[in-house]
Amino acid sequence: MPGFALATVLAVQPSSAADLKDLYFGEALYHAYQGQYFEALERLDAELAQHRRLDEPQLDSLQYHVGQAEFSVGDFELSYRMHHRAGRAIRAVLEGNVDELVRNEAAFRLARIHFQKGQMESALEALDRIDGKVPEAIRDEIEFLRANVYLAVGRPADAADVLKGLQGAKGLSGFAAYNLGIAELQAGRSKEALQQLDKAGQSKGADRATAAIADKSNMVLGRLMLESANFERAQKSFDHVHLEGPYSNQALLSAGWAYASAENYERALVPWNLLIQRDATDSAVQEAKLALPYAYAKLNAYGRAALLYDQALGSFGEEITKVDASIKSIREGRFLEALVREEIRQDKEWVVRLRALPAAPETYYLTTLMASHDFQTALQNYLDMEDLRKKLVAWQTNFDAFDDIIGLRRANYEPLLPAVDAQFRELDSQIRLRMEQRDNLEKRLQAILTAPRPDLLATADERIDLERLRKIQVALKATNDPQTAALQKRVQYLQGALSWGLRTEYHERLTQAHKHLRALNEDVAVLKARYEAFVRTRQAAVHSYVGYDLPINRLRTRVRESLQQVNTLMARQGQLIETVAINELKTRGERLERYQTQARYAVADSYDRATRLQMGGGGGR
Amino acid sequence: MSQAIRSFLLSTLLCICVAPASAQDAYREQMKGLDEQVQEVKSDVLSIAAELTQLEEKLLYPSNTHVAVFVTLAQGETFRLDAVQVHIDGQLATHYIYSFKELEALQKGSVQRIYTGNVATGSHEIEVSLSGKLPSGKDYSHTQRFPFSKDVGPKLLNVTLAGPDSGKPAIDVGDWH
Repeated sequence: MPGFALATVLAVQPSSAADLKDLYFGEALYHAYQGQYFEALERLDAELAQHRRLDEPQLDSLQYHVGQAEFSVGDFELSYRMHHRAGRAIRAVLEGNVDELVRNEAAFRLARIHFQKGQMESALEALDRIDGKVPEAIRDEIEFLRANVYLAVGRPADAADVLKGLQGAKGLSGFAAYNLGIAELQAGRSKEALQQLDKAGQSKGADRATAAIADKSNMVLGRLMLESANFERAQKSFDHVHLEGPYSNQALLSAGWAYASAENYERALVPWNLLIQRDATDSAVQEAKLALPYAYAKLNAYGRAALLYDQALGSFGEEITKVDASIKSIREGRFLEALVREEIRQDKEWVVRLRALPAAPETYYLTTLMASHDFQTALQNYLDMEDLRKKLVAWQTNFDAFDDIIGLRRANYEPLLPAVDAQFRELDSQIRLRMEQRDNLEKRLQAILTAPRPDLLATADERIDLERLRKIQVALKATNDPQTAALQKRVQYLQGALSWGLRTEYHERLTQAHKHLRALNEDVAVLKARYEAFVRTRQAAVHSYVGYDLPINRLRTRVRESLQQVNTLMARQGQLIETVAINELKTRGERLERYQTQARYAVADSYDRATRLQMGGGGGR
Repeated sequence: MSQAIRSFLLSTLLCICVAPASAQDAYREQMKGLDEQVQEVKSDVLSIAAELTQLEEKLLYPSNTHVAVFVTLAQGETFRLDAVQVHIDGQLATHYIYSFKELEALQKGSVQRIYTGNVATGSHEIEVSLSGKLPSGKDYSHTQRFPFSKDVGPKLLNVTLAGPDSGKPAIDVGDWH
């Protein structure tokens, strides 16, 4: 039974970055938009972890995008094929205190992960959690997924009911129609199934996916008709298949058989003649190489049939040689070498391009196998492991560079720091002294605001003069000189003059003193800033080479262990890929050998018949 | 003989699609097992990468000298950005040439970290030059200088680029807090 189709709308796309408010979230999106999911996850994980550690996350710029970021982590993990973590991330959103729309979208995403992993019961459980309002953009996708899950668990009638409501849904055209046909078929409603497949086969769309699904519908319908001996309708269905699509070779082969089954061998020649001109590695082309002479034989053209069987024999022989060479090449490890080549990985259609590489003949027969989901997963895992291996190897080199940097810094700073520290200690004590002096000045100025002390605002000269007058006064008291009284008067006069100045200029001097203190404060602020800058620089000097040994050694060990794991996994994954590829090639080789055997008998038989006809004077061509 | 060929070929045809090799089924379980292990290794390596990034930042770009320059395109910009050149204090910091994928990512509104380096605290100057092509096919280039000051914390500068018809400055540099 042909499988149902998955619409491409299920492909995960990162969220939009309109009105971006968080730089690091924007940076994660930059990588994600380019398919660099490892880098995107690395940044977003770090940003989310930091956001969660904050005491006041509402002040963080990520708060504007936190819901989107939580979803994006899940999306990126899914795109990086980390389904377990993606499931956990989305489950966390689902179980958080979130809006109904967000919760329903999370449930849908979770269901999609389970579906992709083949866990259908869990997918249904997740879908059952969707309740209430759902985002308009995914409304149809939810129902399409539900229908696909029903089909996968053997509930085709339920699937058909859901799919009926999706006919005409934007973005699902063709897919919903085809799947409804398959659901009806599985539900045993053949008449409805045929009608629906016919309808799906007429789906029109500009994109390749819609054209391919229409072709697929026509192929299924045609083969059902062929099985039920309705050759005319079968042939019409095959004729509707595009001549250049992925089903074109099979359609040409089948169309020929539809004519041949109706015993219209002349018409069968048309598609088969067209088909044998195509890629000789394609199984339909190979079959046509036997079918075409068969039709000629049926038309009594035994000579032509013998010639074509002979050509087929040669062609099968060449193909068997290619298959053998491919198997040998894979055993020599060239398949895996080709897979990891950079130029191949730059292209979305690398599987196709791989075939064109001269150094990779082994992929001739692997296109179908390589397009299968399991093989793709295995291949992608192998490529992801190769990427991780390269990263880990580069990091190992980085550690050596880090050691060098740290060594150079230590060698530079360690001899300098003792002298710098000694000088700093000296400056530090001077600074402390000056700061104490400044504090005293401020205290005194504050004190005289409430208890005025003009003497405290005397200039240095005035203080010296006052002191000298005081000493003279003391000396005059100790003498009996008749001039003493006159001298004392002069001293008092001078003291009075000085005191007059101090008292009359008191307010002006006080204002000046405060101005000077403010000016001093500015200088002190500059000094403090330079002091702190020095302390930071001094700390930075030490932090530039101290404290790294432990984390570097720990990381070095982790990287070494991970590299070992990656190498082991790559070897096992690679071996598995090679084995599966070789098995596929062997199967194709065995089929070619069977074709060869058939052709060998047929060529002899055709020559005999041609000879007999000639001898009997018949009309053989 | 003809009938033998017919039944041989038709039996193959009616298998409908070329079935993946049965060997694939046999190996499916092994592949699944390996897939689980691959996911675990990815998780481990991501955690190593996070720790390594922190270590690198601390070792190579300590916060007192850390300066990072980010590039965004103004919303709705359609001009083709070919290259951006950044000078800091007259020294070339980076000259970046854009691939189609990178440009597409920027046009979707994401942010590119174009440069990470170190500068001393104090006043500095950043010069940004852009070159590209307008939708009309005309060459488009612009250069502008901006002063900035670096204090003790990391300095994150956001360069926003716009086309000549957007009504916005061709190059705008702002702080990102």
